[in-house]
Amino acid sequence: MGQENTLARQQVDDLSSQVKSYLVGFMLSVVLTAIPFWAVMSHHFEKPLTIALVLGSAVVQIVVHLKYFLHLDFSKEGKLNTFSFLFTALIIVMVVGLSVWIIYAANALMM
Amino acid sequence: MNTAITTNLNDTHSETLISAAHGEHPDSSQNTLFGFWLYLMTDCILFASVFATYAVLYMNTDGGVSGKDIFELNFVLIETAALLLSSITFGLALIFAKRHNRRATVVWLLITFALGCVFIGMEIYEFHHLIEQGNGPQRSAFLSSFFALVGMHGLHVTAGLIWMAIMMIEVLKTGLNHRSITRLGCLSLFWHFLDIVWICVFTVVYLLGAL
Amino acid sequence: MSILGKLTLESIPYHEPIIMVTLAVVAVLAVAIAALITKYRKWGVLWNDWFTSVDHKRLGIMYIVLALVMLVRGFSDAIMMRTQQALATNGAAGYLPPEHYDQIFTAHGVIMIIFMAMPFMIGLMNLVLPLQIGARDVAFPFLNNLSFWLTTSGAVLINISLGLGEFAKTGWVAYPPLSELAFSPGVGVDYYIWALQISGIGTTLTGVNFIATVLKMRAPGMKLMQMPIFTWTCTWANILIVASFPILTALLGMLTLDRYMDFHFFTNAGGGNAMMYINLFWAWGHPEVYILILPAFGIFSEVISTFTSKRLFGYTSMVWASGAISILGFIVWLHHFFTMGSSANVNAFFGVMTMVIAVPTGVKLFNWLFTIYRGRLKVTVPVLWTLGFMVTFTIGGMTGVLLAVPGADYVLHNSLFLIAHFHNTILGGAVFGYLAGFSYWFPKAMGFHLNERLGKAAFWCWQIGFYVAFMPLYVLGFLGMTRRLSHTDNPAWNFWIYFAAVGAFIIFVGIILQFVQLYVSFRDREQNLDTTGDPWNGHTLEWSTSSPPQFYNFAKLPHVSDIDAFTDQKEKGQAYQRSADYEPIHMPKNTASGILIAICITAAGFAAVWHILWLAIAGMLGAFVAFLFRAYGNDHDYYVQPSEVATIENAHLDKVVRGTA
Repeated sequence: MGQENTLARQQVDDLSSQVKSYLVGFMLSVVLTAIPFWAVMSHHFEKPLTIALVLGSAVVQIVVHLKYFLHLDFSKEGKLNTFSFLFTALIIVMVVGLSVWIIYAANALMM
Repeated sequence: MNTAITTNLNDTHSETLISAAHGEHPDSSQNTLFGFWLYLMTDCILFASVFATYAVLYMNTDGGVSGKDIFELNFVLIETAALLLSSITFGLALIFAKRHNRRATVVWLLITFALGCVFIGMEIYEFHHLIEQGNGPQRSAFLSSFFALVGMHGLHVTAGLIWMAIMMIEVLKTGLNHRSITRLGCLSLFWHFLDIVWICVFTVVYLLGAL
Repeated sequence: MSILGKLTLESIPYHEPIIMVTLAVVAVLAVAIAALITKYRKWGVLWNDWFTSVDHKRLGIMYIVLALVMLVRGFSDAIMMRTQQALATNGAAGYLPPEHYDQIFTAHGVIMIIFMAMPFMIGLMNLVLPLQIGARDVAFPFLNNLSFWLTTSGAVLINISLGLGEFAKTGWVAYPPLSELAFSPGVGVDYYIWALQISGIGTTLTGVNFIATVLKMRAPGMKLMQMPIFTWTCTWANILIVASFPILTALLGMLTLDRYMDFHFFTNAGGGNAMMYINLFWAWGHPEVYILILPAFGIFSEVISTFTSKRLFGYTSMVWASGAISILGFIVWLHHFFTMGSSANVNAFFGVMTMVIAVPTGVKLFNWLFTIYRGRLKVTVPVLWTLGFMVTFTIGGMTGVLLAVPGADYVLHNSLFLIAHFHNTILGGAVFGYLAGFSYWFPKAMGFHLNERLGKAAFWCWQIGFYVAFMPLYVLGFLGMTRRLSHTDNPAWNFWIYFAAVGAFIIFVGIILQFVQLYVSFRDREQNLDTTGDPWNGHTLEWSTSSPPQFYNFAKLPHVSDIDAFTDQKEKGQAYQRSADYEPIHMPKNTASGILIAICITAAGFAAVWHILWLAIAGMLGAFVAFLFRAYGNDHDYYVQPSEVATIENAHLDKVVRGTA
């Protein structure tokens, strides 16, 4: 039990820093959610610009979540997780991107 | 910054001493978290396949409604807010769990659970509403893929809620030990991962669909 | 709807004499096996030491047994198709009615890919990979047991379809709209869906498990680029499993929604798009063939370097070539459906990518050749399979590059040329590899050698039978014969069809010889014991254990500083060392949870096929409860005491001394 207590005391020191990190992530994601919703609901911009804004915010927000909530990083311990995610992302881009290309091109020929 | 994964590892090291007495394998926590992360990667690809199908089928409304006709962004915004808030409350639960603060852990888990229920409740309401108006998944390929994609995320959230309920019972009954903290770590990965999927859902389905 | 859903007594195909005879034979065999087990009082052993085992070596052996059983089933389908085609020329009807023939070619494809090749490959991987990296087990031993039983669950479902209802009549790809409810109203496609879905989830879990094992459980000192080549190729295959099987899961899920809940993903009505099914199917299906072939490449590399007594030529290029194949394997899938009619740019892109993938494969072939060059190649059974592969696979690869030309593909698509091509690669590549691995690691797994003469005879039957059976299909393809024909009426084809049937029977002899080989080797096992654990003077760590290996694999975890870790130990005189002080070894306990969960899921899958709602719910709930029991059990592991380790190690080392003396 004594060990557990020392452990607990050490950890209290970075309590605030950990909470702060979650709060930073949360604030960023609030902003990054608000921007696209506002852009679409207010019809403030032209359509292409809105699309770019919506997609851009989504990508940035995903990165924010990965960093602040899922704690991906390139440290010695964390890089395996990060690399497996990056590999997955590559596969997703290839599978989704090529699928959409294939089917849209086929659709175009059948119109 | 000091991330939770690194703290996790530090914890595991110090906890090796504690857990060795319980006969737990020293590396098991790290392996479990990594294995669970790999499972989440497979889940990513599962969602990606359905996203691709949605992207291909969303225009195939078969003379029925399109996204523009049925999406209500105010509603989606509240759902999103509930899910986002639940992310930070879960983060707090995990921070307290690692400090072996049983009460605070369960309280934050309960709040997360409630927020998750709000999200699922709203989604069920939305689905019910659509089906009542004759816009169920059987109506068109667009609606099939819409229901499947959003529903699959909803099923994941529901599974997360069931898991969370079980974890609350575990924490209350057996306390915060090596095993329950590892499991909370996995659940936290799962919960935050579902948030990321939701970002993709509200962006691709709702926002781009409502344009 | 009744309490048994769509299931009635009429679901049993009484009117099909062939099926009824098959069922009778299977029943007699099952009773005979059960009687033997009872006679020798082995039920307890079977349950306690095998079914509930979490030992990767035993799971590996069970996977391979499953693969061999399903090989017999799948090959029966093959020989029935060949004889049907040979009998049904010139407009004759043959002996198989079309609806039965259609089920046979579907079952043949599904069984051979999913329930023969996959378990064979995963079995060899289970058996060898943890030993090669100097680990005591995989990262998640219980999950490994569960994966095996989920795979078996799928195999059980597909075999039930033989006697209850029907199997899919759609071909192994089950393309919609044919596989939709409107055109396949029976339960065949449902059996297909649930058998694949359940075993696919098992496979995904295996992939996760072994990636974690390789990344987290390597022996101290072993860097990634020091892992044995078989481990590396399996790792790439596992990465492909993890990246591609979820696509299949999603796809089958969507087909399920279409069939069970009237969704419109791939239907003709409601704006569905059947092309998307074909697209996603091959986005999984193409990586799947690399999942099958890459571990086989690893086996050939191990075999060649062992039997030339040389270090593998170009280890690094071999690893990276496998990696390149894995990544490229994800951007070539459209070559399975060039004729779908996407744009010329799409076809060109995928055609070029397909040709590019031949480059890293060529690199591998040259690596093997250069390893043999100036080596002393001992022509053993595994080497024969390897040489047979190198010739056969090269031909298959060349016809593959031919098919990769979209223009040529428009002519050859769906013809027997294609059938010849992929049997050339999967049979001459993957299956030859597994059979090489089977005879290479058999002494390690079982503790005695296989009979060489019978092994060579079996190889030659397979090799010759393969060419006689499949080369005519290339010709038939050029003559315009399409695949999946139940009867023909073209005199120009007849000769080649008969020719191919003869080949199937030669392969049949090869398979029989392999079972005879197993029997004879088992009978004479006392004369052929492998006492040293290192029958071939091997390079890698699996050969440093006894045969069969100690249940804890390594008394002391080896320290690795070279790719050929065991050769390194032997050269430095560190092999076979006795130790005075062993430490307690932490081991997982056997568990019945895996098989219980799988039984519940099999019941749920069966219920889903027949729309028995209560059983489906009960099965899923049962699986969930069994899982919770496992998750909250506290009695999962134990320590092997040093005295026991010392006894086992000393007994082994004494045998080594006697064996080499």
